[in-house]
Amino acid sequence: MTFAIEGWFAIDGDDVRLLGTRCTTCGTVCFPPRRGFCPNPACEGTELVEHRLPRRGRVWSYTNACYPPPAPYVAAEPYEPVTLAAVALDEVGIVVLGQVSGLTVDELAVGMELELTSGPLADGPLVWMWGRPS
Amino acid sequence: MSAQASVVVLGAGMHPWGKWGRPFLEYGLAAARAALRDADLSWPDVQYVVGADTIRNGYPGFVAGAAYAQALGWSGARVASCYAACASGAQAVDIARTRILAGLCDVALVVGADSTPKGFFRPVGGDRPDDPDWQRFRLLGATNPAYFALYARRRMSLHGTTPADFAAVKVKNALAGSLNPMARYREPVTAERVLSSPMVADPLRLMDICATSDGAAAVVLASESYARRRGVTRPVRLAAVSTVTPTFPHTTLDLPNFATDSSAAVPPPELPFRASIAHAAYEEAGLGPRDLSLAEVYDLSTALELDWMEDIGLCPPGEAEKLLRAGETALGGRVPVNPSGGLASFGEAIPAQAIAQLCELTTQLRGRAGPRQVPRARTGLAVNQGLFGHGSAVITTV
Ligand SMILES: [Zn+2]
Repeated sequence: MTFAIEGWFAIDGDDVRLLGTRCTTCGTVCFPPRRGFCPNPACEGTELVEHRLPRRGRVWSYTNACYPPPAPYVAAEPYEPVTLAAVALDEVGIVVLGQVSGLTVDELAVGMELELTSGPLADGPLVWMWGRPS
Repeated sequence: MSAQASVVVLGAGMHPWGKWGRPFLEYGLAAARAALRDADLSWPDVQYVVGADTIRNGYPGFVAGAAYAQALGWSGARVASCYAACASGAQAVDIARTRILAGLCDVALVVGADSTPKGFFRPVGGDRPDDPDWQRFRLLGATNPAYFALYARRRMSLHGTTPADFAAVKVKNALAGSLNPMARYREPVTAERVLSSPMVADPLRLMDICATSDGAAAVVLASESYARRRGVTRPVRLAAVSTVTPTFPHTTLDLPNFATDSSAAVPPPELPFRASIAHAAYEEAGLGPRDLSLAEVYDLSTALELDWMEDIGLCPPGEAEKLLRAGETALGGRVPVNPSGGLASFGEAIPAQAIAQLCELTTQLRGRAGPRQVPRARTGLAVNQGLFGHGSAVITTV
Protein backbone atom coordinates (compact mmCIF):
# COMPACT_ATOMS: atom_id res chain seq x y z
CA MET A 1 0.00 0.00 0.00
CA THR A 2 1.29 3.43 -0.94
CA PHE A 3 -0.10 6.32 1.08
CA ALA A 4 -0.51 9.71 -0.58
CA ILE A 5 0.85 11.17 2.64
CA GLU A 6 2.75 9.43 5.43
CA GLY A 7 1.71 9.62 9.06
CA TRP A 8 -1.71 11.24 8.63
CA PHE A 9 -3.81 8.06 8.68
CA ALA A 10 -3.40 4.36 9.39
CA ILE A 11 -5.09 1.29 7.98
CA ASP A 12 -5.44 -1.88 10.09
CA GLY A 13 -7.61 -4.29 8.12
CA ASP A 14 -11.03 -2.60 7.87
CA ASP A 15 -10.18 -0.03 10.51
CA VAL A 16 -9.02 3.31 9.08
CA ARG A 17 -8.03 6.06 11.50
CA LEU A 18 -6.83 9.63 11.19
CA LEU A 19 -3.65 10.13 13.18
CA GLY A 20 -3.83 13.35 15.14
CA THR A 21 -1.76 14.53 18.05
CA ARG A 22 -2.77 15.40 21.61
CA CYS A 23 -0.99 17.82 23.91
CA THR A 24 -0.20 16.03 27.17
CA THR A 25 -0.41 19.34 29.06
CA CYS A 26 -3.80 20.76 28.02
CA GLY A 27 -5.41 17.99 25.97
CA THR A 28 -5.72 19.98 22.75
CA VAL A 29 -6.01 17.65 19.78
CA CYS A 30 -4.66 18.50 16.32
CA PHE A 31 -5.09 17.19 12.83
CA PRO A 32 -2.95 17.01 10.74
CA PRO A 33 -0.47 15.70 13.32
CA ARG A 34 1.75 18.41 14.71
CA ARG A 35 5.24 18.53 16.14
CA GLY A 36 6.86 21.04 18.45
CA PHE A 37 4.52 23.35 20.33
CA CYS A 38 0.89 23.09 21.33
CA PRO A 39 -1.26 25.54 19.30
CA ASN A 40 -3.18 26.63 22.41
CA PRO A 41 -1.69 30.10 23.13
CA ALA A 42 -2.26 29.62 26.87
CA CYS A 43 -0.36 26.32 26.96
CA GLU A 44 3.37 25.80 27.23
CA GLY A 45 3.08 22.15 26.29
CA THR A 46 5.69 20.66 23.98
CA GLU A 47 4.83 16.98 24.29
CA LEU A 48 2.42 16.12 21.50
CA VAL A 49 1.59 12.42 21.38
CA GLU A 50 -0.18 10.46 18.65
CA HIS A 51 -3.94 10.44 19.06
CA ARG A 52 -6.19 8.31 16.87
CA LEU A 53 -9.27 10.37 16.01
CA PRO A 54 -12.73 8.86 16.38
CA ARG A 55 -13.71 7.01 13.25
CA ARG A 56 -17.27 8.31 12.99
CA GLY A 57 -18.60 11.84 12.84
CA ARG A 58 -21.41 13.96 11.47
CA VAL A 59 -21.38 15.97 8.25
CA TRP A 60 -20.73 19.65 8.98
CA SER A 61 -21.03 20.45 5.29
CA TYR A 62 -20.29 18.99 1.88
CA THR A 63 -19.74 19.88 -1.77
CA ASN A 64 -18.24 18.53 -4.96
CA ALA A 65 -15.88 19.56 -7.73
CA CYS A 66 -17.86 19.53 -10.97
CA TYR A 67 -14.71 20.39 -12.96
CA PRO A 68 -11.36 18.63 -12.60
CA PRO A 69 -9.29 20.38 -9.90
CA PRO A 70 -5.95 21.75 -11.15
CA ALA A 71 -2.54 20.14 -10.55
CA PRO A 72 -1.08 18.87 -8.31
CA TYR A 73 -4.43 17.03 -8.19
CA VAL A 74 -4.45 14.13 -10.63
CA ALA A 75 -7.94 13.89 -12.09
CA ALA A 76 -9.38 10.58 -13.28
CA GLU A 77 -10.20 10.23 -16.97
CA PRO A 78 -13.02 10.29 -17.73
CA TYR A 79 -13.57 12.71 -14.88
CA GLU A 80 -16.20 11.98 -12.24
CA PRO A 81 -16.99 14.85 -9.82
CA VAL A 82 -15.01 14.53 -6.60
CA THR A 83 -17.26 14.75 -3.53
CA LEU A 84 -15.90 16.44 -0.41
CA ALA A 85 -17.27 16.42 3.13
CA ALA A 86 -16.25 18.29 6.25
CA VAL A 87 -17.06 16.00 9.14
CA ALA A 88 -17.39 17.08 12.78
CA LEU A 89 -15.74 14.74 15.28
CA ASP A 90 -17.44 15.98 18.43
CA GLU A 91 -15.38 13.98 20.95
CA VAL A 92 -12.25 15.86 19.90
CA GLY A 93 -13.96 19.10 18.80
CA ILE A 94 -12.54 19.06 15.28
CA VAL A 95 -13.98 19.28 11.77
CA VAL A 96 -11.94 17.31 9.20
CA LEU A 97 -12.20 17.66 5.42
CA GLY A 98 -11.91 14.64 3.18
CA GLN A 99 -13.01 13.19 -0.11
CA VAL A 100 -16.14 11.09 0.05
CA SER A 101 -16.12 7.53 -1.21
CA GLY A 102 -19.20 6.04 -2.86
CA LEU A 103 -21.63 8.91 -2.21
CA THR A 104 -22.61 11.89 -4.34
CA VAL A 105 -23.81 15.27 -3.06
CA ASP A 106 -27.39 14.15 -3.70
CA GLU A 107 -26.95 11.36 -1.14
CA LEU A 108 -25.40 13.56 1.56
CA ALA A 109 -27.01 15.79 4.17
CA VAL A 110 -25.70 18.02 6.92
CA GLY A 111 -25.78 16.07 10.19
CA MET A 112 -25.57 12.66 8.52
CA GLU A 113 -23.18 10.14 10.10
CA LEU A 114 -20.13 9.11 8.08
CA GLU A 115 -17.26 6.78 8.84
CA LEU A 116 -13.62 6.98 7.88
CA THR A 117 -12.40 4.73 5.13
CA SER A 118 -9.71 5.03 2.50
CA GLY A 119 -9.52 4.97 -1.25
CA PRO A 120 -7.09 5.53 -4.09
CA LEU A 121 -6.37 8.79 -5.87
CA ALA A 122 -6.51 8.53 -9.68
CA ASP A 123 -2.76 7.86 -9.86
CA GLY A 124 -2.85 5.14 -7.21
CA PRO A 125 -1.78 6.23 -3.72
CA LEU A 126 -4.29 5.94 -0.90
CA VAL A 127 -5.89 8.83 0.91
CA TRP A 128 -8.39 8.95 3.79
CA MET A 129 -11.99 9.25 2.69
CA TRP A 130 -15.38 9.59 4.35
CA GLY A 131 -17.89 6.88 3.54
CA ARG A 132 -21.19 5.33 4.55
CA PRO A 133 -20.92 3.72 8.01
CA SER A 134 -20.33 -0.02 7.75
CA MET B 1 -9.19 59.86 17.81
CA SER B 2 -8.63 63.62 17.75
CA ALA B 3 -8.82 65.49 14.45
CA GLN B 4 -5.11 66.30 14.70
CA ALA B 5 -4.14 62.69 15.07
CA SER B 6 -6.31 61.22 12.35
CA VAL B 7 -5.19 59.95 8.98
CA VAL B 8 -7.15 60.92 5.90
CA VAL B 9 -7.54 59.61 2.38
CA LEU B 10 -6.23 62.42 0.22
CA GLY B 11 -6.53 60.59 -3.07
CA ALA B 12 -7.95 57.39 -4.52
CA GLY B 13 -7.29 55.84 -7.93
CA MET B 14 -7.88 52.60 -9.78
CA HIS B 15 -7.09 50.80 -13.00
CA PRO B 16 -10.24 49.16 -14.38
CA TRP B 17 -10.62 45.46 -13.48
CA GLY B 18 -10.57 43.01 -16.37
CA LYS B 19 -8.53 40.26 -17.91
CA TRP B 20 -6.06 42.43 -19.75
CA GLY B 21 -3.08 40.08 -19.74
CA ARG B 22 -0.49 42.75 -19.06
CA PRO B 23 2.13 43.03 -16.26
CA PHE B 24 0.75 44.01 -12.86
CA LEU B 25 3.15 46.97 -12.66
CA GLU B 26 1.41 48.64 -15.56
CA TYR B 27 -1.93 48.56 -13.73
CA GLY B 28 -0.36 49.61 -10.43
CA LEU B 29 1.33 52.55 -12.04
CA ALA B 30 -1.92 53.73 -13.62
CA ALA B 31 -3.74 53.46 -10.28
CA ALA B 32 -0.91 55.24 -8.42
CA ARG B 33 -0.88 58.10 -10.89
CA ALA B 34 -4.67 58.38 -10.70
CA ALA B 35 -4.52 58.53 -6.89
CA LEU B 36 -1.79 61.18 -7.00
CA ARG B 37 -3.80 63.26 -9.48
CA ASP B 38 -6.85 62.90 -7.26
CA ALA B 39 -4.78 64.11 -4.30
CA ASP B 40 -3.35 66.94 -6.40
CA LEU B 41 0.17 65.78 -5.55
CA SER B 42 3.10 64.64 -7.61
CA TRP B 43 5.10 61.48 -6.99
CA PRO B 44 8.16 63.22 -5.48
CA ASP B 45 5.85 64.64 -2.77
CA VAL B 46 5.29 61.11 -1.48
CA GLN B 47 7.49 60.34 1.52
CA TYR B 48 6.56 56.70 1.96
CA VAL B 49 5.32 54.07 -0.47
CA VAL B 50 3.81 50.73 0.54
CA GLY B 51 3.13 47.93 -1.90
CA ALA B 52 0.65 45.12 -1.33
CA ASP B 53 2.42 42.05 -2.65
CA THR B 54 1.23 40.29 -5.75
CA ILE B 55 0.87 36.61 -5.00
CA ARG B 56 0.07 33.21 -6.38
CA ASN B 57 -2.12 31.60 -3.76
CA GLY B 58 -0.22 32.45 -0.69
CA TYR B 59 3.31 33.37 -1.68
CA PRO B 60 4.92 36.76 -2.16
CA GLY B 61 5.52 36.82 -5.88
CA PHE B 62 7.23 40.14 -6.36
CA VAL B 63 8.83 42.86 -4.29
CA ALA B 64 5.85 45.11 -4.76
CA GLY B 65 6.74 48.31 -2.88
CA ALA B 66 10.11 48.78 -4.52
CA ALA B 67 8.78 47.63 -7.88
CA TYR B 68 6.20 50.44 -7.85
CA ALA B 69 8.78 52.95 -6.62
CA GLN B 70 11.06 52.04 -9.51
CA ALA B 71 8.23 52.18 -12.01
CA LEU B 72 7.23 55.63 -10.77
CA GLY B 73 10.90 56.68 -10.86
CA TRP B 74 13.31 56.25 -7.93
CA SER B 75 12.61 59.21 -5.67
CA GLY B 76 14.37 58.20 -2.48
CA ALA B 77 11.05 57.65 -0.68
CA ARG B 78 10.96 55.18 2.17
CA VAL B 79 9.39 51.91 1.14
CA ALA B 80 7.65 48.82 2.53
CA SER B 81 5.95 45.73 1.13
CA CYS B 82 3.54 43.38 2.73
CA TYR B 83 1.77 40.13 2.08
CA ALA B 84 -1.47 39.17 3.82
CA ALA B 85 -3.47 37.30 1.16
CA CYS B 86 -6.80 39.09 0.58
CA ALA B 87 -5.96 41.52 3.39
CA SER B 88 -2.65 42.61 1.80
CA GLY B 89 -4.06 45.95 0.73
CA ALA B 90 -5.55 46.72 4.14
CA GLN B 91 -2.33 45.80 5.93
CA ALA B 92 -0.44 48.04 3.51
CA VAL B 93 -2.88 50.84 4.39
CA ASP B 94 -2.37 50.11 8.09
CA ILE B 95 1.42 50.23 7.76
CA ALA B 96 1.22 53.62 6.03
CA ARG B 97 -1.37 54.91 8.50
CA THR B 98 0.73 53.87 11.47
CA ARG B 99 3.82 55.62 10.14
CA ILE B 100 1.80 58.80 9.63
CA LEU B 101 0.27 58.51 13.13
CA ALA B 102 3.76 58.06 14.56
CA GLY B 103 4.71 61.38 13.01
CA LEU B 104 7.39 59.77 10.85
CA CYS B 105 5.85 61.04 7.61
CA ASP B 106 2.97 63.21 6.42
CA VAL B 107 2.02 61.64 3.13
CA ALA B 108 2.14 58.05 1.88
CA LEU B 109 1.13 56.15 -1.24
CA VAL B 110 -0.34 52.64 -1.01
CA VAL B 111 -0.55 50.51 -4.16
CA GLY B 112 -1.86 47.03 -4.94
CA ALA B 113 -2.13 45.38 -8.35
CA ASP B 114 -2.40 41.91 -9.83
CA SER B 115 -2.36 39.98 -13.08
CA THR B 116 -4.10 36.63 -12.66
CA PRO B 117 -3.85 33.42 -14.62
CA LYS B 118 -6.93 31.83 -16.18
CA GLY B 119 -9.14 29.44 -14.21
CA PHE B 120 -8.94 28.29 -10.58
CA PHE B 121 -6.25 29.75 -8.38
CA ARG B 122 -3.70 26.99 -7.90
CA PRO B 123 -0.68 26.62 -5.67
CA VAL B 124 2.79 27.71 -6.73
CA GLY B 125 4.36 25.15 -9.09
CA GLY B 126 6.64 22.31 -8.07
CA ASP B 127 6.24 19.53 -5.49
CA ARG B 128 5.98 20.91 -1.96
CA PRO B 129 4.56 18.06 0.11
CA ASP B 130 4.98 19.97 3.39
CA ASP B 131 2.92 22.98 2.22
CA PRO B 132 -0.79 22.80 3.17
CA ASP B 133 -1.73 24.92 0.16
CA TRP B 134 -0.12 22.31 -2.12
CA GLN B 135 -1.39 19.36 -0.08
CA ARG B 136 -5.06 20.35 -0.23
CA PHE B 137 -4.95 20.23 -4.02
CA ARG B 138 -2.86 17.07 -4.18
CA LEU B 139 -4.75 15.03 -1.58
CA LEU B 140 -8.30 16.32 -1.91
CA GLY B 141 -8.63 18.44 -5.04
CA ALA B 142 -9.98 21.12 -2.70
CA THR B 143 -10.08 24.38 -4.68
CA ASN B 144 -11.04 27.76 -3.20
CA PRO B 145 -14.65 27.45 -4.48
CA ALA B 146 -14.90 24.11 -2.63
CA TYR B 147 -14.47 25.95 0.67
CA PHE B 148 -16.95 28.67 -0.37
CA ALA B 149 -19.40 25.90 -1.24
CA LEU B 150 -18.99 24.24 2.16
CA TYR B 151 -19.99 27.52 3.83
CA ALA B 152 -22.90 27.95 1.41
CA ARG B 153 -24.27 24.45 2.03
CA ARG B 154 -23.84 24.90 5.77
CA ARG B 155 -25.82 28.15 5.56
CA MET B 156 -28.61 26.46 3.59
CA SER B 157 -28.84 23.78 6.24
CA LEU B 158 -28.75 26.14 9.24
CA HIS B 159 -30.93 28.97 7.92
CA GLY B 160 -32.94 27.56 5.04
CA THR B 161 -31.20 29.79 2.49
CA THR B 162 -32.06 28.83 -1.09
CA PRO B 163 -30.18 29.03 -4.40
CA ALA B 164 -32.68 31.77 -5.32
CA ASP B 165 -31.36 33.83 -2.39
CA PHE B 166 -27.81 33.37 -3.64
CA ALA B 167 -28.91 34.42 -7.13
CA ALA B 168 -30.59 37.52 -5.68
CA VAL B 169 -27.21 38.61 -4.26
CA LYS B 170 -25.67 38.33 -7.73
CA VAL B 171 -28.53 40.22 -9.36
CA LYS B 172 -28.17 43.03 -6.80
CA ASN B 173 -24.39 43.27 -7.14
CA ALA B 174 -24.42 43.04 -10.94
CA LEU B 175 -26.86 45.94 -11.07
CA ALA B 176 -24.55 48.06 -8.87
CA GLY B 177 -21.53 46.96 -10.91
CA SER B 178 -23.23 48.00 -14.14
CA LEU B 179 -23.01 51.56 -12.79
CA ASN B 180 -19.29 51.36 -11.96
CA PRO B 181 -16.79 52.19 -14.72
CA MET B 182 -14.01 50.34 -12.82
CA ALA B 183 -15.91 47.03 -12.68
CA ARG B 184 -15.02 44.15 -14.99
CA TYR B 185 -18.60 42.89 -15.43
CA ARG B 186 -20.94 45.72 -16.27
CA GLU B 187 -24.03 43.92 -17.41
CA PRO B 188 -27.12 43.44 -15.24
CA VAL B 189 -28.07 39.75 -14.89
CA THR B 190 -31.31 37.94 -14.13
CA ALA B 191 -31.81 35.34 -11.42
CA GLU B 192 -32.71 32.84 -14.12
CA ARG B 193 -29.32 33.30 -15.72
CA VAL B 194 -27.52 32.77 -12.42
CA LEU B 195 -29.60 29.68 -11.64
CA SER B 196 -28.94 28.18 -15.06
CA SER B 197 -25.18 28.83 -15.06
CA PRO B 198 -23.10 25.64 -14.72
CA MET B 199 -22.69 24.08 -11.28
CA VAL B 200 -19.06 24.44 -10.14
CA ALA B 201 -19.05 23.34 -6.51
CA ASP B 202 -22.50 22.29 -5.38
CA PRO B 203 -24.52 24.36 -4.36
CA LEU B 204 -22.55 27.17 -6.01
CA ARG B 205 -22.82 27.86 -9.73
CA LEU B 206 -20.40 29.71 -11.95
CA MET B 207 -22.22 33.01 -11.45
CA ASP B 208 -22.23 32.59 -7.65
CA ILE B 209 -18.43 32.54 -7.54
CA CYS B 210 -16.14 35.50 -8.04
CA ALA B 211 -13.72 35.40 -10.96
CA THR B 212 -9.99 36.09 -10.83
CA SER B 213 -9.15 39.44 -12.39
CA ASP B 214 -6.43 41.87 -13.32
CA GLY B 215 -6.73 45.24 -11.66
CA ALA B 216 -5.10 47.84 -9.45
CA ALA B 217 -6.01 50.34 -6.79
CA ALA B 218 -4.07 53.00 -4.91
CA VAL B 219 -4.68 55.55 -2.20
CA VAL B 220 -2.73 58.56 -0.99
CA LEU B 221 -2.92 58.84 2.79
CA ALA B 222 -1.92 61.90 4.76
CA SER B 223 -2.04 63.38 8.22
CA GLU B 224 -5.08 65.56 8.73
CA SER B 225 -2.89 68.60 9.34
CA TYR B 226 -1.14 68.02 6.00
CA ALA B 227 -4.55 67.75 4.33
CA ARG B 228 -5.69 71.00 5.90
CA ARG B 229 -2.53 72.74 4.74
CA ARG B 230 -3.45 71.53 1.25
CA GLY B 231 -6.87 73.14 1.63
CA VAL B 232 -8.89 69.96 2.14
CA THR B 233 -11.79 70.91 4.42
CA ARG B 234 -13.95 67.79 4.60
CA PRO B 235 -11.54 64.86 4.35
CA VAL B 236 -12.45 61.19 4.45
CA ARG B 237 -10.91 59.89 7.68
CA LEU B 238 -9.60 56.42 8.41
CA ALA B 239 -11.50 55.80 11.65
CA ALA B 240 -10.22 52.23 12.08
CA VAL B 241 -8.14 49.54 10.43
CA SER B 242 -8.47 46.08 11.98
CA THR B 243 -6.14 43.26 10.96
CA VAL B 244 -6.70 40.81 13.83
CA THR B 245 -5.75 37.13 13.61
CA PRO B 246 -8.21 34.42 14.57
CA THR B 247 -8.44 33.53 18.26
CA PHE B 248 -7.73 29.94 19.32
CA PRO B 249 -9.56 27.70 18.80
CA HIS B 250 -10.48 28.84 15.28
CA THR B 251 -13.42 26.52 14.73
CA THR B 252 -14.37 27.43 11.15
CA LEU B 253 -12.78 25.28 8.45
CA ASP B 254 -10.63 27.86 6.69
CA LEU B 255 -8.61 27.90 3.49
CA PRO B 256 -6.25 26.12 2.96
CA ASN B 257 -6.69 23.93 6.05
CA PHE B 258 -7.66 20.28 6.33
CA ALA B 259 -9.26 20.70 9.73
CA THR B 260 -10.35 23.23 12.31
CA ASP B 261 -8.63 23.85 15.61
CA SER B 262 -9.93 21.59 18.36
CA SER B 263 -12.42 22.99 20.85
CA ALA B 264 -11.95 19.97 23.12
CA ALA B 265 -9.68 21.64 25.66
CA VAL B 266 -10.49 25.34 25.15
CA PRO B 267 -14.01 26.56 24.30
CA PRO B 268 -14.45 28.55 21.06
CA PRO B 269 -14.11 32.35 21.38
CA GLU B 270 -17.26 34.42 21.76
CA LEU B 271 -16.90 35.83 18.25
CA PRO B 272 -15.89 33.69 15.28
CA PHE B 273 -13.06 35.02 13.12
CA ARG B 274 -14.96 37.09 10.56
CA ALA B 275 -17.11 38.75 13.20
CA SER B 276 -14.03 39.48 15.32
CA ILE B 277 -12.38 41.32 12.42
CA ALA B 278 -15.32 43.73 12.16
CA HIS B 279 -15.75 43.96 15.93
CA ALA B 280 -12.16 45.16 16.41
CA ALA B 281 -12.73 47.90 13.84
CA TYR B 282 -15.97 49.03 15.48
CA GLU B 283 -14.20 49.19 18.86
CA GLU B 284 -11.36 51.23 17.43
CA ALA B 285 -13.68 53.66 15.69
CA GLY B 286 -16.12 53.89 18.59
CA LEU B 287 -18.90 53.07 16.12
CA GLY B 288 -21.31 50.21 15.54
CA PRO B 289 -23.27 48.58 12.75
CA ARG B 290 -26.15 51.04 13.14
CA ASP B 291 -23.82 53.88 12.19
CA LEU B 292 -23.05 52.45 8.76
CA SER B 293 -24.22 54.20 5.61
CA LEU B 294 -22.83 51.38 3.46
CA ALA B 295 -20.60 48.32 3.59
CA GLU B 296 -18.22 46.67 1.16
CA VAL B 297 -17.97 42.98 2.06
CA TYR B 298 -15.86 40.24 0.51
CA ASP B 299 -18.34 38.35 -1.63
CA LEU B 300 -16.01 35.60 -2.83
CA SER B 301 -19.33 33.87 -3.33
CA THR B 302 -22.90 35.15 -3.29
CA ALA B 303 -23.53 33.03 -0.20
CA LEU B 304 -20.61 34.57 1.64
CA GLU B 305 -22.12 38.05 1.31
CA LEU B 306 -25.03 36.83 3.45
CA ASP B 307 -22.63 35.45 6.08
CA TRP B 308 -20.72 38.73 6.11
CA MET B 309 -23.90 40.78 6.64
CA GLU B 310 -24.37 38.93 9.90
CA ASP B 311 -20.68 39.00 10.80
CA ILE B 312 -20.61 42.80 10.57
CA GLY B 313 -23.75 43.00 12.68
CA LEU B 314 -26.29 44.26 10.14
CA CYS B 315 -28.66 41.59 11.44
CA PRO B 316 -28.68 38.52 13.70
CA PRO B 317 -27.55 35.16 12.24
CA GLY B 318 -30.08 33.74 9.83
CA GLU B 319 -31.74 37.04 8.96
CA ALA B 320 -29.55 38.25 6.09
CA GLU B 321 -31.98 36.84 3.52
CA LYS B 322 -34.77 38.92 5.01
CA LEU B 323 -32.76 42.14 4.56
CA LEU B 324 -31.75 41.10 1.08
CA ARG B 325 -35.29 40.27 0.00
CA ALA B 326 -36.58 43.56 1.45
CA GLY B 327 -34.05 45.42 -0.71
CA GLU B 328 -32.37 46.97 2.32
CA THR B 329 -28.89 46.10 1.06
CA ALA B 330 -29.50 47.22 -2.54
CA LEU B 331 -28.72 50.68 -3.87
CA GLY B 332 -31.53 52.85 -2.51
CA GLY B 333 -31.95 50.55 0.51
CA ARG B 334 -31.27 51.36 4.16
CA VAL B 335 -27.66 50.15 4.14
CA PRO B 336 -26.36 49.23 0.69
CA VAL B 337 -23.94 46.30 0.71
CA ASN B 338 -21.36 46.28 -2.07
CA PRO B 339 -22.54 49.45 -3.81
CA SER B 340 -19.37 49.11 -5.92
CA GLY B 341 -20.76 45.87 -7.37
CA GLY B 342 -18.49 43.83 -5.12
CA LEU B 343 -16.31 40.93 -6.18
CA ALA B 344 -19.30 39.71 -8.18
CA SER B 345 -18.71 42.60 -10.59
CA PHE B 346 -14.95 42.98 -10.19
CA GLY B 347 -13.53 39.51 -9.78
CA GLU B 348 -10.65 39.28 -7.35
CA ALA B 349 -7.31 41.00 -7.93
CA ILE B 350 -6.02 39.94 -4.54
CA PRO B 351 -3.49 42.57 -3.42
CA ALA B 352 -5.57 45.37 -4.95
CA GLN B 353 -8.96 44.32 -3.63
CA ALA B 354 -8.89 45.74 -0.10
CA ILE B 355 -7.52 49.02 -1.49
CA ALA B 356 -10.30 49.03 -4.09
CA GLN B 357 -12.80 48.65 -1.26
CA LEU B 358 -11.28 51.71 0.41
CA CYS B 359 -11.47 53.60 -2.90
CA GLU B 360 -15.21 52.86 -3.02
CA LEU B 361 -15.72 54.05 0.57
CA THR B 362 -13.81 57.22 -0.25
CA THR B 363 -15.76 57.88 -3.43
CA GLN B 364 -19.07 57.30 -1.65
CA LEU B 365 -18.19 59.45 1.36
CA ARG B 366 -17.10 62.28 -0.94
CA GLY B 367 -20.47 62.01 -2.70
CA ARG B 368 -18.81 61.35 -6.06
CA ALA B 369 -20.20 57.90 -6.84
CA GLY B 370 -22.58 59.15 -9.53
CA PRO B 371 -25.50 56.83 -10.31
CA ARG B 372 -24.51 54.40 -7.52
CA GLN B 373 -24.17 57.12 -4.89
CA VAL B 374 -25.49 56.21 -1.43
CA PRO B 375 -27.36 59.33 -0.25
CA ARG B 376 -25.82 61.15 2.73
CA ALA B 377 -23.05 58.57 3.10
CA ARG B 378 -21.11 59.39 6.28
CA THR B 379 -19.68 56.10 7.55
CA GLY B 380 -18.47 53.14 5.53
CA LEU B 381 -17.08 49.74 6.44
CA ALA B 382 -15.02 47.42 4.22
CA VAL B 383 -14.19 43.86 5.28
CA ASN B 384 -12.38 40.90 3.80
CA GLN B 385 -10.90 37.54 4.68
CA GLY B 386 -8.38 35.41 2.86
CA LEU B 387 -6.00 32.51 3.24
CA PHE B 388 -3.83 31.67 6.22
CA GLY B 389 -5.82 33.56 8.87
CA HIS B 390 -5.62 36.96 7.21
CA GLY B 391 -8.50 39.39 7.25
CA SER B 392 -9.19 43.07 7.65
CA ALA B 393 -11.80 45.70 8.30
CA VAL B 394 -11.53 49.40 7.49
CA ILE B 395 -13.94 52.08 8.70
CA THR B 396 -14.02 55.53 7.12
CA THR B 397 -15.99 58.58 8.20
CA VAL B 398 -16.58 62.15 7.09
ZN1 LIG C 1 -1.43 22.24 25.14
